[in-house]
Amino acid sequence: MVLETTVLQSIWFFLWGLLWAVFFITDGFDLGVGTLLPFLGKSETDRRLMINAIGPLWDGNEVWLITAGGVTFAAFPAVYAVMFSSLYTPLLFILFALIFRGVSFEFRGKIESAGWKKFWDTCIFIGSAAPAVLFGVAFANIFKGLPFDDTGYHGNLISLLNPYGILGGVLFTLLFLEHGALWLAARTVGQLQNRAASTAAKIWPVLLCVIVAFLVASWFSTHLYANYLKTPVLFIVLALAVVALIGVRVFISQKQYFKAWFASAATIISATFFCIIGLYPNLFPSSMAPGFSLTAYNSSSSQLTLTIMLVVVAIIIPMVIAYQVWAYYLFKDKLTPKDLAYEESY
Amino acid sequence: MDVVFLSRLQFAAATMFHFLFVPLTLGLSILVAYMETKYARTGDETYLSMTKFWGKLMLINFALGVVTGITLEFQFGTNWSRYSAYVGDIFGSILAIEATTSFFLESTLIGVWVFGWQKLSRKAHATVMWLVALAGNLSGLWILIANGWMQHPVGYVIKNGRAELDNFLAVVTNKFAILEFLHTISGAYVLSAFFVMGVSAYHLLKKNQIEFFTRSFRIALVFGLASSIFVAAIGDTHGVHVTQVQPAKLAAMESHWETSKGAPIHLFAIPDEKNERNLIEIGSIPYMLSFLGYHDINAEVKGLKDFPKDERPPVWPVFISFRGMVGLGVLFILLTVVGWFKRNRLLESPLYLKAMMFAIPLPYIAIEMGWIVAEVGRQPWIVYGVMRTSDAVSPISTPQVFASLIAFILVYGFLGAIGFYLIFKNAKKGPKLAH
Repeated sequence: MVLETTVLQSIWFFLWGLLWAVFFITDGFDLGVGTLLPFLGKSETDRRLMINAIGPLWDGNEVWLITAGGVTFAAFPAVYAVMFSSLYTPLLFILFALIFRGVSFEFRGKIESAGWKKFWDTCIFIGSAAPAVLFGVAFANIFKGLPFDDTGYHGNLISLLNPYGILGGVLFTLLFLEHGALWLAARTVGQLQNRAASTAAKIWPVLLCVIVAFLVASWFSTHLYANYLKTPVLFIVLALAVVALIGVRVFISQKQYFKAWFASAATIISATFFCIIGLYPNLFPSSMAPGFSLTAYNSSSSQLTLTIMLVVVAIIIPMVIAYQVWAYYLFKDKLTPKDLAYEESY
Repeated sequence: MDVVFLSRLQFAAATMFHFLFVPLTLGLSILVAYMETKYARTGDETYLSMTKFWGKLMLINFALGVVTGITLEFQFGTNWSRYSAYVGDIFGSILAIEATTSFFLESTLIGVWVFGWQKLSRKAHATVMWLVALAGNLSGLWILIANGWMQHPVGYVIKNGRAELDNFLAVVTNKFAILEFLHTISGAYVLSAFFVMGVSAYHLLKKNQIEFFTRSFRIALVFGLASSIFVAAIGDTHGVHVTQVQPAKLAAMESHWETSKGAPIHLFAIPDEKNERNLIEIGSIPYMLSFLGYHDINAEVKGLKDFPKDERPPVWPVFISFRGMVGLGVLFILLTVVGWFKRNRLLESPLYLKAMMFAIPLPYIAIEMGWIVAEVGRQPWIVYGVMRTSDAVSPISTPQVFASLIAFILVYGFLGAIGFYLIFKNAKKGPKLAH
């Protein structure tokens, strides 16, 4: 199988987008649940139910981030180099947040003390909320373009917190909160389920407004619409996102929370792809001069590496999806307080 | 203190800390899988308690290993962006393959294992742990293929101003990487075996759960004995290969200054890097270096003086670490051989049990020293002979790296202290017996 380099580069561009989208729908809900912990977890039992609802899955979900990072490195090394060194501080904040969050799940139940648990619960909250916000800020800034040229990056953490960047952070956080609340509604019963469902219902109109605001702001702050104006049929992706978002609301009303969660996942995937298609072929655009922008065509690996990686991914990723689906299926049942009696639960 | 130095410190702190947890996961997952298989086959409840007790310690350790691993992949981009852009075509693809083929499997199935006791049959549940162990070990293989390429780059061409992949098969069958993997993985098994033996020794000394801990000790003893011998044997082969492909590293490992035939080793010496000689040399064994490096007592061994000054690794840390690692390696063989003869009367050997209890930290030290030899010994190169470490760093500011380095030390120090405390506390508490 020999593919033209430009074809390979385009395939890898969209695979790159797909990996981020899958990361957002998988880790997205467990980040959402972690962020909701102090608000919906009224009692120790509730908090444990919330944590155990994501317990078996969060670790596997987070590997989509590692893979998205790894694929950026493998397929677009120049992007990996410039993106991660430019976004040095926010990226390290995300990583430290994820570190604290990860150990919190394991540590919090190991000592029977209210203060101890409270501390790790706070870590879970911050460790979940911070990545949600920062991923949004980072991606919004990428859509907008970052100030770098051949002499390096000229921005800093504060310059990332421009209005459009902040709007991106709010958008991501709300998407993940909605996604997490629906997961909880689908996997719990009783009071906790009611609280989760009503939270999802309350977030929905806010999310809708923020999405509209983001779409409008993107018109003024980014070039995301250029590809759509050239090929209007692509707007179908946006239409899909809208349909899925409406689906979320409909399924909430029907109390079909798993379906609402799937609709939320579809919203996130199509919203991500709406942006990725708008970005194409840019991966890391420069706001200083388009000539410095890193694209799928000027920053990729060699044809041989792209080909080998494509073969690897084509074989392995379907297997990964298969066993992750199996794991999700295994833990689809509703969690009740009696499930917390097993010594291995968090 | 410049960005290069601070970034090196940060990477060293992050990897060495990560590697406090990885080896135990690699070996203990195998031991736990073995114990659970025994339970699945025999239904013997002691094996079930063993699986749960050692599994619990493994999980605390696993959590720290996983979260500290995440930063490593991203540090190549944050701190070593010139390196990443230059070699990403090869190095990046190996890391991506590691994540897709191994890390996914390990991370997904560990969740299934922890929460799946009621959902899966005994045999399926034990199989899941075998897959976790396999995935973890496979992960190690890919990471060492990546590191092996930095040590001894093969299968590449310099094209378009960077290193590009030329022969994938050559990269994944790199002899350096395979030997390095076998040496590291067997070192990890030694560490895990000593951990299990040490904790078991503590309880046996207290006459606590004798049956449980005698069984645990014996399983770990067999594993540890085989691994201790293997790690030394493969280390010898690895050393011969290093002599051929990284002669400057070998010269630093032995503080060998003058090129000579029939070169000796010094059991101990004080290197004087400024004046290019050793201040004192104690316990010199003639011909031994030639023999160890080439398996020929008359072979010529190139001395440090015959390398340009800017192509020599720092001698002190490499020389000392190599001695420490080898010395401890010999001790591990001795301790496990003694254990083999005492295996049927452990309770009557309190002195030996005490020694094994205090031996728990030693493989940790040995394995970290091994990494110092490998990584500091590779300097001044980030990719041996191809790219210098000083050319690899990101165009970032010193205060930025200084702040992140402090953050790494504080966060890792804090979490590491808690992690080890919890492992210690749970290890001391001992198992809940199955009813």
